[in-house]
Amino acid sequence: MRSSVLSNTHAAPGVLAESEQELREAFLDQVDRIPGAERLHRCIQCGTCTGSCPVSYTMDISPRQVIALFRAGAIEEILRSRTIWVCASCYNCTVRCPSQIKITDLLYALKRLAMERGIYPSKFPVYVLAETFAKMVRRYGRNHELGLLRSFYLRTRPLELVRQSTVGLRLLGKGRMPLWPEKIRARKDLRAIIAKAEQIERPQEPTGEARRVGEVGYEAI
Amino acid sequence: MPYSYYPGCSLHSTARAYDKSIRAVFHALGEDLVELDDWNCCGATVYMSVKETVALAISARNLALAEKLGYDLVVPCSACLTVLNKTRRFMQEMPTLRAQVDEALAEANLHADYSVRVRHPLEVLLNDFGIERLVQARRRSLESFKLACYYGCQILRPERATGDDPEVPTALDRLMEAFGAQTVDFPAKARCCGGMLMTTFQPVALDLVGEIFEWARFGGANAIVTVCPLCLTNLELFQDRLTAPASGGQRLPVLFFSQLVGLGLGCTAQEVGLDYQVVPVPSEYVKPVEVSSHA
Repeated sequence: MRSSVLSNTHAAPGVLAESEQELREAFLDQVDRIPGAERLHRCIQCGTCTGSCPVSYTMDISPRQVIALFRAGAIEEILRSRTIWVCASCYNCTVRCPSQIKITDLLYALKRLAMERGIYPSKFPVYVLAETFAKMVRRYGRNHELGLLRSFYLRTRPLELVRQSTVGLRLLGKGRMPLWPEKIRARKDLRAIIAKAEQIERPQEPTGEARRVGEVGYEAI
Repeated sequence: MPYSYYPGCSLHSTARAYDKSIRAVFHALGEDLVELDDWNCCGATVYMSVKETVALAISARNLALAEKLGYDLVVPCSACLTVLNKTRRFMQEMPTLRAQVDEALAEANLHADYSVRVRHPLEVLLNDFGIERLVQARRRSLESFKLACYYGCQILRPERATGDDPEVPTALDRLMEAFGAQTVDFPAKARCCGGMLMTTFQPVALDLVGEIFEWARFGGANAIVTVCPLCLTNLELFQDRLTAPASGGQRLPVLFFSQLVGLGLGCTAQEVGLDYQVVPVPSEYVKPVEVSSHA
């Protein structure tokens, strides 16, 4: 259900391209699923979020600009940005925003949308980590750090695996890097929960783009 | 009343010392910690960017398990704490989403009404035990430690898990001072360590860790104390990759707050997992146990 405040006051000006209109709908659907996220419309463009962000110096568009671009009807540009992937979830913007906008949660929503549409910035493989992580939880019920990092580096930057292994070996030497994953007993139950939740979240048939995501490793159920 | 306990994945691997010392501290204080049977990964910060309903549902399974026990749930890892608390709040405030998560949980014959409190052990120590009782139980002075108290992000934001000011928190400083440790002026105490960026965008995370070390050295700290497994990993293991001036001087040991509290309560170095440190704590920092004046 769409909150009327948002759709009335925040239709982007002019005529939107069909694809942009569709992205906007999908994004607003996400906004409706986050408590307090509709306060998005209260943004006064003060830039406190950008000034508070420890990683804004390495973003291509700032957190303030994310909201400005949404208003201008350029969601696709946000989805193609490096910004949504570089957010470290420190929540500084969220606690400091004078309009109490849930910026971190909105960036999560944008990440989900980008992943669902198979839109990823080149050279920034955060989504691979997210996918690998999700797969591991589904398989074992717990995260296995060694397995996660190994498959992440193998899929993104195999050479980096050698450089990073010095850290891994030190942890191994101290008994802080188990070689084998821990598995929960109720894996079947957990998978049933995940399957149901996935079905609820996305009951429709996967689109062509979503299938493209499947090719890079996301396991659809 | 006992507490139920959700260690999370890190406390079974890179943060073994955290698990060990939390148990040692509660044992020393005579409180029971009951680990949730067959808990699953909370989803961390990562799962939220994949599927929202799934992230909430797997996290809710842990809350459902905790409700069966009925005690307050103690969660040492900042990311787990944030995820579990966030799930609880989403479920309380969004009835539609809750109905969907309920439906998913029902697949495993589970039900949650999100009544269990999710608490950080730092807050439990300060509020349920209180500084006075902890000082009475003190068996060792931590006076050799000059600590930079590092809170990181997710214990302070978005939920105020310690009830502290998210800009200038003091809970950890107060606790450490109660055990005789010196705390240094440390403006980076609530800065971000980069979290998972250490894996995905390492140069950025190293910038952030470098800033934290620069402030810790500037304040004259001889160790950093933290409350979060990922913060500890980033600070302890990646300090060798920093460039000047943050890398100047000797390496700094990085400890979990519960290791220091455990030492203060008279636990041995091994009981609080000091042997897991990659950057070791100099043995002269650990003073002999005092003869109790209350015995």
